[in-house]
Amino acid sequence: MHVAKGFHKNGGKDGSRVSEPAAVRFLLISAALAFLALFLLLPLTAVFVEAFAKGWEAYLAALHEPDTLSAIWLTLITAAICVPANLFFGIVAAWAIAKFSFRGKSLLITLIDLPFSVSPVVSGLIYVLIFGLQGWLGPWLQAHDIKIIFAVPGIVLATIFVTFPFVARELIPLMESQGRDEEEAALTLGASGLQTFFRVTFPNIKWGVLYGVILCNARAMGEFGAVSVVSGHVRGSTNTIPLQVEILYNEYSYAAAFAVASLLALLALVTLAIKTVAEWKIQQGMSINEGER
Amino acid sequence: MGLFGSKNSVLPGFGPALGYTIFYLSIIVLIPLSALFFKTATLSWDDFILAVTAPRVVASYRITFGAALLAACVNAVFGVLTAWVLVRYSFPGKKLIDALVDLPFALPTAVAGITLASVYSPNGWLGSFLEPRGIKVAFTPLGILIAMVFIGLPFVVRTVQPVLEELDREVEEAASCLGANRWQTFCRVIFPTMLPAILTGFALAFARAVGEYGSIIFIAGNMPMVSEITPLLIITKLEQYDYAGATAIATVMLVASFVLLLSINLLQKWSRRFAE
Repeated sequence: MHVAKGFHKNGGKDGSRVSEPAAVRFLLISAALAFLALFLLLPLTAVFVEAFAKGWEAYLAALHEPDTLSAIWLTLITAAICVPANLFFGIVAAWAIAKFSFRGKSLLITLIDLPFSVSPVVSGLIYVLIFGLQGWLGPWLQAHDIKIIFAVPGIVLATIFVTFPFVARELIPLMESQGRDEEEAALTLGASGLQTFFRVTFPNIKWGVLYGVILCNARAMGEFGAVSVVSGHVRGSTNTIPLQVEILYNEYSYAAAFAVASLLALLALVTLAIKTVAEWKIQQGMSINEGER
Repeated sequence: MGLFGSKNSVLPGFGPALGYTIFYLSIIVLIPLSALFFKTATLSWDDFILAVTAPRVVASYRITFGAALLAACVNAVFGVLTAWVLVRYSFPGKKLIDALVDLPFALPTAVAGITLASVYSPNGWLGSFLEPRGIKVAFTPLGILIAMVFIGLPFVVRTVQPVLEELDREVEEAASCLGANRWQTFCRVIFPTMLPAILTGFALAFARAVGEYGSIIFIAGNMPMVSEITPLLIITKLEQYDYAGATAIATVMLVASFVLLLSINLLQKWSRRFAE
């Protein structure tokens, strides 16, 4: 080990053993940064520049449009239904998959991941095929005057589908890595199942839960393709924020479109910030865990 | 000990937890997805083939899968470069850049779409620079490629990054002691270790690009036969109340994503074995 460390020092000094010459390093860093600036920073800046192109007052006025306000409201409602539903599912599924061993586990995990690999457009289409007028339940729904497609329930269903895996896929590996010793100890000491979960398991996974929730929420508020298929685009009633952005853009009210879009871009930045903190906390928790062992 | 044999655990709640998981999975994902196959099954074989091999549909596969393949290649190259720079070198603002790599995951696709379209439009920031030089991006297949590179950007970076972090520096030192120069060490020692992760990231980026809709339609121009992607064609058919046509094309897309998912799973198994 000592020898290896000595080598490392030498390598660092003449720069050829385990690293590249300074010129190569500079070139690689510049190339990577140029690529990221072109594809990430430039579009991100463009959203805000375009949003404020007509000034602060036009920006605020665009956000105060009644149609935009109702789109914001619908987006909030959709997220308020989808995120808790998928959060509950994610925790329950992770409990079953991470804390127990059973046959067919890897198949189950693959099936939970499935919505990620389905095109958003197809995700919307499948609900049209079930609840639409020509769909399985269409005639029955029409007879009972229940609207799902081209109405809010369809938007909620499609959003639940596309955000389905977020919490579960974050919690399953995290809970698997933590094992079940602590829970078993709690049960032996007389805690009930729920007490064990809330006092032992949950504190261990809380940053993972936050991570999953924040990503699930970002996707729920920003989903476009799937929602676009089931929404019917009724202004002021079945438009979410992303659909409102599309309508404004197609009407050539660019400043207004970007003003509304800037809300979503802001949401994305907040999401990234919280995600980074959560990631850091999860890693910290893991290294503490390893230290104890 | 039930049907699935939940042995060796004293923890409570296995039955209800697994039961709820399967129930929720079925009503949200499995039953709706199976609706697609049942609907397709009501078509006759000839109608199905006719619907999925019409010239306009085939042209949309070519542009969708072709551009997705190219975008995944671009992302593989620049993803490895970015991961390498983020893991191996230090420079100011590195943490911020690292966090920003996930922007395409977090930024809603419609926002990405209108932004890219405006940046690359003839009077946009980059468009006004490229257009006079004869490079048209917005409203051409090149625009589709740009949008697909954007949304696939994080995948290769995020699959390669952990592998590079875990890579043992002593192996590189050994290679250098044995007389390999830096380039040889990279090609013969480092690159083979990264390869499974690169391929996994490549497949993930490709799969995402194939299904992408929101960020592409604004910049694509959407001309039938030229710059019309398959997901858009599904929506067009739906708007014309051609449910059978839309369903048939969607089935092709879904089967393609199943095949991709399967190969991604195999790749991941392979990389895990590689890691051990």
